Amino acid sequence: MLKNDIVDTIREKALWMRRRAFRMVFDAQLGHPGGDFSAIDIIATLYFGVMRYDPKKPEMAERDRFIMSKGHATGALYTALCAAGYYPEDWLTTYMQPKSMLNGHPNRNYLPGVETNTGPLGHGMPVALGIAIAGQLTSSDYRTFVLTGDGELQEGSNWEAAMTAGNRKLGKFTLIVDRNRLQQGMGTEETNGLDPLDDKFRAFGWDVEVVDGHDVVALLSALSEPAGGRSKPLCIIANTVKGKGVSFMENKASWHHGVPNAEQYNIAMEELV
Amino acid sequence: MAAPAQKQEGFYDCRDAWARTIEALAEEDPRIVAVVNDSVGSSKLGGFQKKFPDRLVNVGIAEQNMVGVGAGLANGGRIPFVSAASCFLTGRALEQLKADIAYAGFNVKLVGQSSGVAYGELGPTHHSIEDFAWLRPLDKITVVVPADSWETAEAVKWAAAHEGPVYIRLSRMPVPDLVVENRQFQPGKAEVVRKGSDVTLVACGTMVHLAVQAAADLQAEGISARVLNMATINPLDGAAIEKAASETGAIVTIEEANIHGGLGGAVAEHTAATLPVPVERMGFPGFVPTGSVEWLFDHFGLTAAGIARSARKAIGRKRA
Ligand SMILES: Cc1ncc(C[n+]2csc(CCOP(=O)(O)OP(=O)(O)O)c2C)c(N)n1
Repeated sequence: MLKNDIVDTIREKALWMRRRAFRMVFDAQLGHPGGDFSAIDIIATLYFGVMRYDPKKPEMAERDRFIMSKGHATGALYTALCAAGYYPEDWLTTYMQPKSMLNGHPNRNYLPGVETNTGPLGHGMPVALGIAIAGQLTSSDYRTFVLTGDGELQEGSNWEAAMTAGNRKLGKFTLIVDRNRLQQGMGTEETNGLDPLDDKFRAFGWDVEVVDGHDVVALLSALSEPAGGRSKPLCIIANTVKGKGVSFMENKASWHHGVPNAEQYNIAMEELV
Repeated sequence: MAAPAQKQEGFYDCRDAWARTIEALAEEDPRIVAVVNDSVGSSKLGGFQKKFPDRLVNVGIAEQNMVGVGAGLANGGRIPFVSAASCFLTGRALEQLKADIAYAGFNVKLVGQSSGVAYGELGPTHHSIEDFAWLRPLDKITVVVPADSWETAEAVKWAAAHEGPVYIRLSRMPVPDLVVENRQFQPGKAEVVRKGSDVTLVACGTMVHLAVQAAADLQAEGISARVLNMATINPLDGAAIEKAASETGAIVTIEEANIHGGLGGAVAEHTAATLPVPVERMGFPGFVPTGSVEWLFDHFGLTAAGIARSARKAIGRKRA
């Protein structure tokens, strides 16, 4: 595919994911739409522009791995896996319903394409690290991508993993931080600040790229593997907007787990075009 | 996270009683501080934060740090109430609870919010049904599970005055106020909510009012069921259990928790070691499927009808 076509495809998928995810949240009256919307362009870029996978062979040994560490953003993850062909769209209508495979946090025993169970924050990085180490041990060429929230980085487990990844020079390991600057209750910097985040990762032995997390072209470029590969793990700090795409949701902590009423849902559908 | 359960007339969210009480206590005692993990809203500590901004320590999303900080604050002469969703407070920081709180013996009050399956649809990562089994062996920590708003307020007051670690386990499921004469909060003691002689229903937290209803239903069919509110799981009121075993000959335990190692486990251990009688344990057998809290209660028989069924079964198992 030509690059322009890829960019168009990613944007198209991302738009569909936002609309579909918001429908799921509206129907269930549950979910985390703010963090879905900050992450969707990143996840769409990974699945429709970067990663190697076959939805018919979700266990394929050489697949690239994506670990959704901010497991609460299931609207983003479940729509991505659906759009990638792991399961049909009607599964999405069961979101949060009794006995559904799609509960509020992803479960690998229920859903193909989910690499590990997440929900408690700060679990994705160590598991992803183990996957990357396995790749290093077996000289595999798959890449491992993990997406965390920024508030999530307050968990110490991330830094334990970051230290190991830096020390092991895991060039096939990529962390993307959804840097929307909000966590559950308020801003990250007024809670337990992370800045300067780039310097922190550099000090841990990582390459760092800072990009606009809604700019598909910039994301594609940051996520592409340089010729000859990397000799360090890569941290992409993706500056994003929580609630991106819907005027009344953008940058509002209340939309962390806020859910829309019918009027809000309709306005959002008019804006998401 | 999940939307709070539907409002029902005469049913109250115990977190409101917790918030009112801790604010009032903090007014009187400057040593009281709150420690949270980005959980001001879910802990209902917005009012506390407004009144005492300097006395609310928000460490961010970092539960191990949060519990360690609680121990340190106690060392520094503060009375910390560490408040977070109970799944993360207990699960994530278990070793801190063991080493820094129980073993080191610091005067820290742990308040587990939205416990049990209150976050039904969010799945087992967000359920806190293993916490009894995890905390029971940490015998230095008193584990209190209030059944209603009154008991919540009393437990918080008692914990603030008590020297030693306490875990108060709250729900967000609204519950009605229990009707008990001359009520007095007695930590470590079972509360007799209803007298009875054929079977004893031992419940805690959100399950107590359902047990009371089951007992009333059983009365209609001529079965006399005693109801014990076992608000303290640890230490267990062994004397009340032995009395129940000898006087009623059959026991049903009901908890919004995993039956392995929780209230049911404690009662079964105690009866087996002292006075073996049939014990029917109600709760969850392990991780539960996706579903709302109402659906889960229904699915696992945690209803008045389900409890009555277990009571009949326990009675049927008595030796002739
Ligand atoms: C260990 C743990 N503690 C607390 C929570 C509750 N929680 C869910 S999402 C969230 C905020 C996450 O903020 P951030 O990582 O910035 O994610 P985003 O803003 O992208 O949604 C919190 C505190 C949790 N899921 N896990």
